[in-house]
Amino acid sequence: MIMLWHNISWQAMPVLLPLVGAMLCFLLPQRIKFLGLMIALAIAASVFALLLQVLDEGVLRYSVGGWGAPLGIDLYTDGLSLLMLLMTALVGLGISIYAIAYFKSDKAVHFWPLWMLLWAALNALFLSADLFNLYVTLELLGLSAVALVALAGGANALGAAMRYLFVSLLGSLFYLLGLALLYHSFATVDIALLAQRIEETPAVWAAMGLMSAGLLLKTALFPLHFWLPPAHANAPAPVSALLSALVVKASFYILLRLWLDVFPPTNSMLVQFLGLLGACAVLWGGLQALRQTRLKMLIAYSTVAQLGYLFIAFPLATGMAWKGSLYLLISHALAKSAMFLAAGNLLRFGGHDRITQLDRVAQRLPLTLAAFALAGVSIMGLPPSGGFIGKWLLLDVALRSGQWWWAVILMLGSLLAAAYIFKVIGHAFTQAEVAHEAIEVSKMMEWSAFLLALAAIVLGLVSPWPLALMDIGSPFNTALSATCTSGVAQ
Amino acid sequence: MHFGRRAMNWNALLPLFILASSLLPGLVIFFLPEDRVRTRITLNMAGAIIKVVLVGFVLWGVYIGQHYETRLPFLPGLDLVLRADALSILFITLSTILWLVTTIYAIGYLEDSPHRSRFFGFFSLCVTATVGVALAGNLLTFVLFYELLTLATYPLIVHRGTEEARHAGRTYLTYTIIGGALLLIGTVWLYGLTGTLEFTHRGFLAELVSTQHNALIIIFILLIAGLGVKAALVPFHGWLPQAMIAPAPVSALLHAVAVVKAGAFGIVRVVYDVYGIEFADSLGVTLPLAIMAAVTIIYGSVRALFQDDLKRRLAFSTVSQVSYIALGVALVGPIATIGGLVHLVHQGVMKITLFFCAGNLAETLGIHKVSQMDGVGRRMPWTMAAFTIGAFGMMGAPPIAGFVSKWYLGLGALDAGQDWVIFILAGSSLLNAAYFLPVLHRAWFKEAVADWPTDHHFGRRETAWALLFPPLFTAFLSLTLGLLASMPFSPLVWARFITTLEYAP
Amino acid sequence: MSSVFFYALTGVGLFTLGLYALIVYTHLLRKILAINVMGSGIFLLLVSLAARTRGAPDPVPHAMVITGIVVAISATALALVLMLRLREASDRVELPEEPME
Repeated sequence: MIMLWHNISWQAMPVLLPLVGAMLCFLLPQRIKFLGLMIALAIAASVFALLLQVLDEGVLRYSVGGWGAPLGIDLYTDGLSLLMLLMTALVGLGISIYAIAYFKSDKAVHFWPLWMLLWAALNALFLSADLFNLYVTLELLGLSAVALVALAGGANALGAAMRYLFVSLLGSLFYLLGLALLYHSFATVDIALLAQRIEETPAVWAAMGLMSAGLLLKTALFPLHFWLPPAHANAPAPVSALLSALVVKASFYILLRLWLDVFPPTNSMLVQFLGLLGACAVLWGGLQALRQTRLKMLIAYSTVAQLGYLFIAFPLATGMAWKGSLYLLISHALAKSAMFLAAGNLLRFGGHDRITQLDRVAQRLPLTLAAFALAGVSIMGLPPSGGFIGKWLLLDVALRSGQWWWAVILMLGSLLAAAYIFKVIGHAFTQAEVAHEAIEVSKMMEWSAFLLALAAIVLGLVSPWPLALMDIGSPFNTALSATCTSGVAQ
Repeated sequence: MHFGRRAMNWNALLPLFILASSLLPGLVIFFLPEDRVRTRITLNMAGAIIKVVLVGFVLWGVYIGQHYETRLPFLPGLDLVLRADALSILFITLSTILWLVTTIYAIGYLEDSPHRSRFFGFFSLCVTATVGVALAGNLLTFVLFYELLTLATYPLIVHRGTEEARHAGRTYLTYTIIGGALLLIGTVWLYGLTGTLEFTHRGFLAELVSTQHNALIIIFILLIAGLGVKAALVPFHGWLPQAMIAPAPVSALLHAVAVVKAGAFGIVRVVYDVYGIEFADSLGVTLPLAIMAAVTIIYGSVRALFQDDLKRRLAFSTVSQVSYIALGVALVGPIATIGGLVHLVHQGVMKITLFFCAGNLAETLGIHKVSQMDGVGRRMPWTMAAFTIGAFGMMGAPPIAGFVSKWYLGLGALDAGQDWVIFILAGSSLLNAAYFLPVLHRAWFKEAVADWPTDHHFGRRETAWALLFPPLFTAFLSLTLGLLASMPFSPLVWARFITTLEYAP
Repeated sequence: MSSVFFYALTGVGLFTLGLYALIVYTHLLRKILAINVMGSGIFLLLVSLAARTRGAPDPVPHAMVITGIVVAISATALALVLMLRLREASDRVELPEEPME
């Protein structure tokens, strides 16, 4: 049994299983909920097996079909990709359980195949070792996400989906153009080979600009965030959770890989600019969230703000800053998915999600409110939570390096988050003017939201392990870290 | 050898057990249905009693020189540290005993109220956070439990679910979250400068080069501002009177034991175990802190004069009295330190008595205002007796505990060369008399004018036993703490012991 | 060599034209066509880059273009269906105004 375990390349499983799962879900709609759950568990198990294999053997590289780079497709697993895979598996499992209870059969037959395809795209994206494969997975991701947004039907959702589709395609095309320029210059799209061959030429600058622009559009960094709130707010609750927690992180992951590994070290003006956009996102997103009257729009703008945090690591650019940013990323995935699922529960319960009309939800749906509150604790960066750990790491680097303005932005972002989250919680304790008919919310939906939120809190207590995991393969000891800390203490 | 290893393990686990004794029952209570009253009461009381036993054990252990410390890795380079040192013992004994008493009171007060499971769940979390603050062995652990305290107390304030409660909760959060943010920035900055945050007797900053002294001064301001919010230092005190909207057991707990004391305790820790009193003096930050404390003392007392609502009057009295601790801390001298530290305990015991009595008046007779209190001494003599003891303690009358703290503060001021403090203390005592004596006069010496707003009868007793016992116990405690101040294990002796550790020999 | 350069330039030009059209036109069908034109521009660029070596053209960009065409077809199909559904649901063939709440 152990021999068998060692011989299987567990890297291919997280991609293969959801693809097969999508086919099965499409072909066997009668058993779809059972199938969906089984496949979700299988994918989570395979990712866990991959974790064990990497802890055992270190960084892994697998050539699909036996054809290696530069012509074939390589799968590459280091600590960073493993972290993203684990995050996806955990959040994906939670959302799958929620979706089993959430969707009635007519919607479920459309949801599950699309969700499995999206999961396959995510896993393949995190495992890709060359730029073109990233393009393909990015497109698959975008198309399935768009289709999932449109699942809700109705003019709002369809309009949001249409806008999202254009944004997604535009971003991918920019990326592809940049990729074409890179291939033209260096005759390879493999990340490791590019890292060795890269030089500073005008073509590379252009490629860098184009690819970054495309990826920033997909990651909804201010001011390219306009498409996110309608898409995330109008989708069904589990889809909103997927989008905010996982899909936007995928393009950020690619951007991170490119900047750390492929692109040559750049002058500090550019990274300061990225940090500035991140700061604007934090403030703008937070202020807009405060103004919202609908809960799901509030949570969507909260995503815009939280994504801004991730970019503050760029001007700070030390290993610890990247780790802090990534810790915020994974905590946000857990917390935000819990929040959207909780919002879905509130929506199902009261028939609406107007914040001021939340009628004594604290009494009537305590588990859901607890999920929302715990998730909120992580979003606010209060201890103990994963959000606090990430915030602390970024604050530490910012204050040590003398770039104290980023610390101020981080704290302002937390204060804004506290304001909009406690606005919701405060209204949840009080009575609304008009009582609403209460509809039963399934226990499975409440518990999946709660457990995801609890995971975000637990992430704050076990920080040594994810931080150590990120170091496998040392993705952060690269040229970018070295040059951009010029004049700045380590 | 074998026994030694086993003892070592216990010492590392005891702080965790103390935390667990309120955390675990609290988590279970959250899931209890409303009607399981017996189970809930059992869990509450069991947790409180177990905690008292454990703390008593640790108290004795620290007295004979044992070390109790739990260390858990939390961040790269920083651990979560729970340590029972002399200062923690002072605070934790206070919290634990008063929690037991308040639990009994709360069970009686909230009988037949809605949402008791939720209330007692958060109540237990609140105490867990307070105990965590007391046992924190470094600034990071302190900040963690400090913020947890904010989160655990918010649901207690908005418990009644009215619009008023929501607004009070919002005010509370605005102050405490901003305070928490200032505290966090100061902490991270300090960590960047020194690489450690462990609480050390006489501080760990004295070795830093003088070029960083300006940064240290700014950090001190940030830390004190963050802590001053909870400690209700002027101008950060605004949330406290508004938080009176909460049920009486919450006010009692918040204002005598948990939130306000956590802030004051934090100030003590920062001045003694982070900066060190002599280093802080050399930075020049102690005098401004003393002045801030003095302003708060007078301001709180003046505002209290003009309040008709009884709980609000007591709230402003708290604002004033807690700053005695800060004053004692800021005066550079061992005698003043003793005064400030011992007042931590004394003020808690006396103030909780007053709040219990106020709650009794409200629950039994519907009295919320001082103007309604005419002749209430005849109707509820035991409650008013306890109130009288508490009030005289606040004024500083011997032999009640408040006298001991004021005596040491006064002596300490003279010893530190800050003679103006004597005037502040005297003025405060006068003001205390000015707003307490009329209340006592009304209650004892005036005739009851009209019927009480509501009147609950309890047979021959003046009020429910669960509501009567706590204030009598704490009033008795106030007396004994004053009378028996020189006995071993008294707070005074303990404060003396702590002080010897904080000053260079 | 220069004819290849001409093709590459055309590719970039198509990309730019498509981008302009995507941003400026409001009718959804025009936007979808604009995306397709942009895609074709990139494919043209890729194919022309394949001819940069003397002798046999480089097959890798050709493979990329084929993959890209497949992706573009799926995307266009999805876009067209969405457009039709949107027209059914809202009687308009434009992107809705962003809700200002």
